[in-house]
Amino acid sequence: MPKTKAVDLVVVGAGPAGMAAAVAAAEAGVEKIILLERQAELGGILPQCIHNGFGLRYFKEELTGPEYAHRFVQELKKHPGLKVKTETMVVTITPDRKVVTTSATEGLVCYQAGAVILAMGCRERPRGAINIPGTRPAGIYTAGSLQYLMNIEGFLPGRSAVILGSGDIGLIMARRLTLEGVRVKAVLELMPYSNGLNRNIVQCLEDFQIPLYLSHTVTEIFGEKRVEKVRVAPVDKDFKPIAEKGFDLSCDTLVLSVGLIPENELSLQIGVELDPATGGPVVDSFYQTTVEGIFACGNVALVHDLVDDVSTESALAGRAAAAYLKGEIKTKRWLPVKAGRNIRSIVPQRIVVGQTTPLYIRARYPERNATLHVGDGQTKQQVVSPGETIYYTLKPEDIRTADGWVEVSLEGGRVHD
Amino acid sequence: MSIPEVDVLVIGAGVVGAALIRELSRYELDLLLVEKEVDVSFGTSKANSGIVHSGVHDRPGTLKAQLAVRGCQLFPELAAQLGFLYKQNGAVVVARSREELAELEKLAVNGRANGVKGLSLLNQEELRRLEPNLSPELVGGLLAPSGGIVVPFDLVFALTENAVSNGAKLMVNTEVQAINPEQGGFFVRTNQGGIRAKFIVNAAGLGGSEVAAMLGDDSIQLYARKGEEYLFDRKLEGLVHRTVFPLPSQVSKGILVIPTVEGNIMIGPTAQRVETPDLSTSLAGWQEIYGEARRLVPTLQPNDLITAFSGLRAVGTTGDFMIAPSTLSPRFINAAGIESPGLTAAPAIAEYIVELLKESGLGLRRKQNFNPIRSVVRLRDLDFQAQAELMQKDAAYGQIVCRCEMVSAGEIRDAVRRGATTLDGIKLRTRSGMVRCQGGFCTPKIIRLLSEELGLPPEQISKNGPGSELLLGRLRAVQEEGRKEEQLHA
Ligand SMILES: Cc1cc2nc3c(=O)[nH]c(=O)nc-3n(C[C@H](O)[C@H](O)[C@H](O)COP(=O)(O)OP(=O)(O)OC[C@H]3O[C@@H](n4cnc5c(N)ncnc54)[C@H](O)[C@@H]3O)c2cc1C
Repeated sequence: MPKTKAVDLVVVGAGPAGMAAAVAAAEAGVEKIILLERQAELGGILPQCIHNGFGLRYFKEELTGPEYAHRFVQELKKHPGLKVKTETMVVTITPDRKVVTTSATEGLVCYQAGAVILAMGCRERPRGAINIPGTRPAGIYTAGSLQYLMNIEGFLPGRSAVILGSGDIGLIMARRLTLEGVRVKAVLELMPYSNGLNRNIVQCLEDFQIPLYLSHTVTEIFGEKRVEKVRVAPVDKDFKPIAEKGFDLSCDTLVLSVGLIPENELSLQIGVELDPATGGPVVDSFYQTTVEGIFACGNVALVHDLVDDVSTESALAGRAAAAYLKGEIKTKRWLPVKAGRNIRSIVPQRIVVGQTTPLYIRARYPERNATLHVGDGQTKQQVVSPGETIYYTLKPEDIRTADGWVEVSLEGGRVHD
Repeated sequence: MSIPEVDVLVIGAGVVGAALIRELSRYELDLLLVEKEVDVSFGTSKANSGIVHSGVHDRPGTLKAQLAVRGCQLFPELAAQLGFLYKQNGAVVVARSREELAELEKLAVNGRANGVKGLSLLNQEELRRLEPNLSPELVGGLLAPSGGIVVPFDLVFALTENAVSNGAKLMVNTEVQAINPEQGGFFVRTNQGGIRAKFIVNAAGLGGSEVAAMLGDDSIQLYARKGEEYLFDRKLEGLVHRTVFPLPSQVSKGILVIPTVEGNIMIGPTAQRVETPDLSTSLAGWQEIYGEARRLVPTLQPNDLITAFSGLRAVGTTGDFMIAPSTLSPRFINAAGIESPGLTAAPAIAEYIVELLKESGLGLRRKQNFNPIRSVVRLRDLDFQAQAELMQKDAAYGQIVCRCEMVSAGEIRDAVRRGATTLDGIKLRTRSGMVRCQGGFCTPKIIRLLSEELGLPPEQISKNGPGSELLLGRLRAVQEEGRKEEQLHA
């Protein structure tokens, strides 16, 4: 092991999650905090999100990504005990909380931390994960890396584009490309509904007359050196392409926005349990993982729709880590959540008994006029969409009669046609 | 500009050309290796199964059998000298039924006739013990412990780098277009100018018949047989330890489950004759491969797929490698029809061709100072101590560019010095952008580093050569900034 420095808290990743967690921990009195970031700039994905729509829930005003990040960067500066290390990559974390990092300025350094908060965010699913046949030419980008190339580095990728996937980044990039004079021929979505926020469909596609093809996919990529065209086909109920109905769209750029996966190589290394439904670590009401003293928050735990939620949740994790360091978190009586009808995922996965716990819930499929049941608690949900988080604040009385687990389900809804 | 004059010109920097130039660099010779692509190993040698075959499959008496067995024997020492990624993991051919057990025995007899060492037949239980994740339907196996796996392009890079450090010359972006015999050798025309060579070796892979025809030699007829391959995430490491073969068919060794040196699992290849040799993959190819592979390892899941590619075998008319002096000139050696097991055989093909050159009159005098060793820095293979020392010496090794594979800026820069000029060249030399995220995170950084090291604007950085540039240009706002700055300075 390289030379070791003892610190109270190490936060891995200085995106919105890591920054909020570090600030909250510092405010709660944690003295020596190290915030580690592999990029040169703080803010994670925010600096490249130059559009607005951030902060409505958290700051009650509309900000751009860089503005939102800036507010937290200012907060970080208020705490002299909080040290930020940029261009520093975490290579190893052990279950006993040794964090090994590397950087050009310091070489290898190891921190022995009292607590660790994992806030590595998520990464994009690449083409291979969806296995599109055809050639492998230049001009295929994931939406996020294209956004980085355009908004941070100032490059134009091509002249005409097709976007596969109608998640929020795909929608935002459709507008961004259009504004830069790139012709966006279509946004394609495999599902019969978009996974993006409704406001983005209106503001990014409809306002620019960019066609959205639901239940369609790319079935083949053409072009030897650079993308020349893609073949598109509608899909049937089982997502099988209907080849006879296929058509070609010429373009020199294919943008993939086919999903985000929590970035959990380090979590696996530590040995924390992952939830197959979220792809992130299983956490409790304090955002503590299944390994003591290791916390996880933000998109590494669950891919959120809104950065505001990431900040709220991460502040909670930061305060919890502070309490843990003071020896205040000992109660380990918890109940697991159980996904019932039309529920894909619930975070946190373990409810600490007696603790009020905000839940982030995702449905499997769209429906209307359903009732959300959480233990004994319930609320009406007029519109349920797999693309939008369902919020519910679980109160201690909701689980008073719960026996062994907390069931979460949507009941009595009407499925769209 | 003076015309280069060389003793031996090797055409084609695939594994055959690379192994040959390295073998020849042991001698006092003027050597030149030319390659039409922007980089070495961008032909068939880039995209294949990466298996060092034991030689059980080939028909006794063929060059394929002789050279595969010899090549396989040469690998361990070669890997120790050149530090490419290789592992002797062993191979197992499996039987799905009682009838197939008899076939396995025949294969064992065949292998022994070829001189393959250490073969043993396994019953169901023994097979299960060695490879617990194989399908319970399989009834027995033939174990070939000498078989191995190699990262094929890493082998080619290692061979060429070592040859160059021993004095050989390499020219990429250089396509041979005409060959004219003249007194004592040949005059060769390329897109980069003329070359005089006393001897020529045609190691042009799929281009082999064209190159031979430039001399007027029409005896080399080749067609392309495509093979698709599918690569799975490294989290499956250990699913199988040995390379798993079904019993072979008439045209190929079948669909295999291959553990790669880097810990991924790969399945493939298909074997399909194609008229237009493109490198696309297809739904049909995937379905065939996945279906067959699942019969060997039932737990494979499409979710774990990270990428797919295809390669083209240059198949000749004789069913065997065609390695011989041209009937038109003993100074022109064809190495054609090098289909599988060409990767395995390459080191032995090189030895064989050196003998042919000698017979044709090439004088061979050993170099006193030949250095068989090549070394490269691979940060992720070092322990903390060694990593720390390296970073002390050069801070760039502490700056990680590829998070999935832990590749540093220092290694990217090394890769450029080793010859990479494109994104693919970097990817193949360092593995950055190669696995999990497929470059989502590191691509912008690599474009920047390439542009700095090569002194080219980012718009000229390509994936794999002209026509595959990654960026069209600057955004309007950025262009305007630039114009304003210019005006200010003016
Ligand atoms: C799918 C697949 C799987 C395989 N799996 C295995 C395996 O597991 N084990 C094994 O042993 N073998 C395997 N093989 C076979 C092996 O890949 C080949 O035998 C080997 O790579 C051939 O090397 P080469 O140097 O002859 O050809 P190449 O690698 O194609 O090299 C020829 C080079 O010549 C260049 N060239 C052509 N024309 C000209 C010109 N006019 N001027 C200049 N340069 C020129 C080309 O650009 C090319 O780079 C496989 C092949 C395929 C397709």
